[in-house]
Amino acid sequence: MNTSPLIHQDRGGPKQALLEVRDLKKYFPVRGSFGAAGKFVHAVDGVSFAVAKGQTLGIVGESGCGKSTTARLVAKLMAPDSGSMVFDGDGVDEFRGIALKDFRRNLQMVFQDSFASLNPRLTVAQTIAFGPQVHGMSAKDAERLARDLLMRVGMEPDQFGARYPHELSGGQRQRVNIARALAFDPRLLILDEAVAALDKSVQAQVLNLLQELKAERQLTYLFISHDLHVVHYLSDQVMVMYLGQIVEIGPVERIYGHAMHPYTQALLSAVPSMDPAHRTMSSPISGDPPNPIDPPAGCRFHDRCPKAQAICQSQAPRLMVVATDPAHQVACHLNDPHAGHGNAPSVEYAATALNEVSA
Amino acid sequence: MPASASLALPGAAPLRATDSPGYWGTVWAQLRRDPVAMAAAALLLLLVLAALLAPWLAPADPYKASMIKRLLPMGSPGHWLGTDELGRDMLTRLMFGGRLSLLMGVVPVAAAFVIGTSIGLFAGYVGGRVNMLIMRTLDIFYAFPSVLLAVAIAGALGPGLSNSLLALTLVFVPQVVRVAESVTTQVRSLDYVEAARMSGAGAFAIIRVHVLGNVLGPIFVYASGLLSVSMILASGLSFLGLGVKPPEPEWGLMLNTLRSAIYLNPWIAALPGAMIFITSVAFNVLADGVRSAMELRT
Repeated sequence: MNTSPLIHQDRGGPKQALLEVRDLKKYFPVRGSFGAAGKFVHAVDGVSFAVAKGQTLGIVGESGCGKSTTARLVAKLMAPDSGSMVFDGDGVDEFRGIALKDFRRNLQMVFQDSFASLNPRLTVAQTIAFGPQVHGMSAKDAERLARDLLMRVGMEPDQFGARYPHELSGGQRQRVNIARALAFDPRLLILDEAVAALDKSVQAQVLNLLQELKAERQLTYLFISHDLHVVHYLSDQVMVMYLGQIVEIGPVERIYGHAMHPYTQALLSAVPSMDPAHRTMSSPISGDPPNPIDPPAGCRFHDRCPKAQAICQSQAPRLMVVATDPAHQVACHLNDPHAGHGNAPSVEYAATALNEVSA
Repeated sequence: MPASASLALPGAAPLRATDSPGYWGTVWAQLRRDPVAMAAAALLLLLVLAALLAPWLAPADPYKASMIKRLLPMGSPGHWLGTDELGRDMLTRLMFGGRLSLLMGVVPVAAAFVIGTSIGLFAGYVGGRVNMLIMRTLDIFYAFPSVLLAVAIAGALGPGLSNSLLALTLVFVPQVVRVAESVTTQVRSLDYVEAARMSGAGAFAIIRVHVLGNVLGPIFVYASGLLSVSMILASGLSFLGLGVKPPEPEWGLMLNTLRSAIYLNPWIAALPGAMIFITSVAFNVLADGVRSAMELRT
């Protein structure tokens, strides 16, 4: 169905990124004992990225790194403190841009907790039909749409349509959540840890379903997960976050093959290996992430980084293009010949590498 | 890995031909299996019927006094439960008294349920400063014990049935608001409300479809627990002379007027109190039963 064909059409052409996020910031005030907000949790601190049409951007990072806050900011479930978004060439909620209402229908979200994201008092079919109905679809059409969508996500409408969420398994509930998200025929789907709570076999089925749907409906995914295997499987681009900032972003094979940031390297080596010969016995990264209320000065990772030097404590690295691949960006002084890190490549090396790439 | 997602789902619940019975259907089925709650419900039904049908069932006239038949003991011929200090038939007066006492139990709670739920839903859904303003204002009512508050309001408004109903309603509104506000705040932050917001639904549609159904249960259970409190407070007001006026039969008032007979015929004097006690226990037991029947089984 197309509630309004104007909203869902491709406006910017294939080269235009579907979603561009610029310098998104969200600080949560920390209330003192008398309600005085002196300090802030730097949940998302200057995040900029773009998702190309039909691609999947995987966002990874430890708990509390700002992944979910980023998702909620993009979904406009939360107002950012600053930053802007461009959806298919149109500024979101801006003069002459795309209205918030239309933006929301182009973008839907699937949450981690499949149970909390379904109203326990509504049947599966009612849950899916709710959205289209508030936008003026007749109850009969909404019911038919719900049945079609249930069928599409692999659930027999006659058998499951009248069930309540507590009568379903976790995988089935997540299928219902996906069906609900598809009811508006969105172009961007945010999957916030959408498969994290499922057991492995069900997870695989849901991931396959997501892949099929993406191809079938030209969807673009923002896939948030802490599971590096799943992100590897699903993503085209991967963005690594640490304490509210992007530390590395690039094509999936670059991130998994040639990670530049020590944090990404540590994350990847922390993934348990299937091969007994390659088991890591020592933990690659020690300690907990620093308190996001007072993020450390300089590079936020410096106090856990094995390669940290004096420069890392005083100066925050900027996100810069990696010399060997222009699509790959990393925020580390090791990547910047001018930063003054002792182990950074020389300026000449970087220049030749860039020439090789462009040649 | 199965190639298609539409293959058989592992862990699928066993097939069931019939449709789901619906939420209240499940609650009722669950409640029916609770013998204690059902006994309390039957007792309440009996009390309500006796009160409603009092003009037809009662053996005598509730206002007809008799100087020679004063304070007859229980089991006297023609007066199974004896007579009061003015020689009026106790059974008749207890049946008629149930009309006012039950009314004063139910009406303030029902009114407070409607008003309090509306205010609480609004405060909880809007949140922020508005919520704080509403809740802190209502907290003023919490500074007084509810008995004192009821007496103070009823005293200020003057005695009478409608004034005591109003006083009791005002006592219960803040309590219902507090429960409604806390469950609404809880539900509002759940993912299914966020998902509904993402679908672009307006606040009214979200409250009606997604919030109301999930908060009414707990508020209803809390309010049903207030029924007995309301009845006791109403009786208390009548006892103090702030509620119903004599010779109107009402349990609290009867307790007051029979006070003088407590040394002569303590059993008769205790009867209205026993009725209040039995009714409020039955309300509480039934409320408990409904509460446990409402718990979602996952």
